[in-house]
Amino acid sequence: MSIIEIKNLTKKFEVEGHTITALDGITLSIEKGDIFGIIGMSGAGKSTLVRSINYLEKPSDGRVLIDGVNLAGLSEKELRKQRSNIGMIFQNFNLLEQKNVTDNICFPLEIAGIKKKEARQRAKDLLKLVNLEDKEKAYPSQLSGGQKQRVAIARALATNPQILLCDEATSALDPQTTASILSLLKQINEEMGITIVIITHQMSVVTEVCKKVAIIDSGRLVEEGFVDKIFEHPESDAAKELISGREVKYTPIERLDTERKIRIVFQENSAYEPIIANMILKLQVPINILRADTRNVNGRAVGEMILGLPGRHDKQGEIIEYLKETGIVVSEVSDNE
Amino acid sequence: MNDQVIKMIVEGIRDTLYMTFGSVLIGYVAGLPLGILLFVTNDNGLKPNRLVYRILDFICNIIRSIPFLILLILLIPFTRLIVGKSYGSTATIVPLVICAAPYIARVVESSLNDVDTGVIEAAKSMGASNVQIITRVLLVEARTSLMTGFTITTGLLLGYSAMSGTVGGGGLGDIAVRYGYYRWQTDIMIITVVLLIVIFQIIQNLGTGISMHFDKRKK
Repeated sequence: MSIIEIKNLTKKFEVEGHTITALDGITLSIEKGDIFGIIGMSGAGKSTLVRSINYLEKPSDGRVLIDGVNLAGLSEKELRKQRSNIGMIFQNFNLLEQKNVTDNICFPLEIAGIKKKEARQRAKDLLKLVNLEDKEKAYPSQLSGGQKQRVAIARALATNPQILLCDEATSALDPQTTASILSLLKQINEEMGITIVIITHQMSVVTEVCKKVAIIDSGRLVEEGFVDKIFEHPESDAAKELISGREVKYTPIERLDTERKIRIVFQENSAYEPIIANMILKLQVPINILRADTRNVNGRAVGEMILGLPGRHDKQGEIIEYLKETGIVVSEVSDNE
Repeated sequence: MNDQVIKMIVEGIRDTLYMTFGSVLIGYVAGLPLGILLFVTNDNGLKPNRLVYRILDFICNIIRSIPFLILLILLIPFTRLIVGKSYGSTATIVPLVICAAPYIARVVESSLNDVDTGVIEAAKSMGASNVQIITRVLLVEARTSLMTGFTITTGLLLGYSAMSGTVGGGGLGDIAVRYGYYRWQTDIMIITVVLLIVIFQIIQNLGTGISMHFDKRKK
């Protein structure tokens, strides 16, 4: 059974007499022990979606079931108890600035009414887990962004939750710190079996740690599935945009006056073979490499290239045929992207 | 300067401190919960309630818009009802408290508004109740700003307690009015003014120092 089941979730906001639909009929299920990514551009509704999972946002319509329990049916008190079973970390860490690291980690335990001595021991264990044993007396203002997020993770895990929600948890961090936080999340998932939901606008975060991903665009779920599959065959426009990245514009393409462009994705094994060189030699055609990149998808190196094909249609067909024969994933790239 | 004058001034200092701190403390007993209630019932608060907010907001604004000296006179029957007389330092505390409570409520509300909404959300995500959020998050995170507000309020009430001297309120203000204004004894007036300045400085510096000491944000 799925640990998180979202059924036909809709959330509408009233803003100055207008109704804004933040989420529009989202159905999603997340399996126990998964690291599940929810990705979308800013304003797509992903933050509202993650807040629906612990009912910080109450949906206008639809249901959220945690371990089979419908959150709509819970009283305020039961809901608060349920929330302590769902940890959450944030982009801005949201630590209590006036409390030191240990007191921050003890805070959810204090709320739950756990004895101080027991809470302190738990905080000590958690600090060891997140590698901050020497910072137990420090205040948040004395910590770096990465350290603050580690404290926030320790705090979120204090009550032994089954689920950890991460709302843009690495967006305020530099790439190296992001990588260390992501590997910590992965470690937590593997060692403690906690289901992790990661909300992000960065595809690199999803490819780094997530097994499955859901793509949200304008409040709708546009694509869902295994990360490697979606990386190879993105179908929705939003997925293509998130994978290829808006920041990298294909400006050189227009200048080269290429008629047709294709995107090829190759896996580790085919990356050793000089495929492009072999193809050029065999087919005797010029090919433009417009862009090339290597990414880490769930620990595997995956290569990605955008090729500009020559004008002749028969040659284009031959090239695509050749590439497909070598087991490479080929897809068309449209100009307006 | 004879012993009698010195004795009078010492008593004046005592009365001034009694009125100032008496009214500020009682003022907080009423103003702090009022300020919390304003914060909680606001549209973006923990439990929005437009009716309650509007009523409290209205009362606070009305009282704050009456000049203190007029409030002092308006409240004479009420003061007499509570204290039994309308002059003297204890009697002055009544209008001071009524004047201070809505002011304190506003200062507290604004301090609480400054608490990062993300921290409140984090507490909610841990399953904290509204009462826990108020007592363990808001009041703790806002404590520096609350102490600064307390200092400012105390300074304000020190000034108002002196003003009450014009209608026989006691304290240094009373001495300044009686000797400086009615009897043209400028030396006594200057002494009381200097003392008021010194007391104000001590309160301000002490307040700032304490609130800085408890602020863990910058170190």
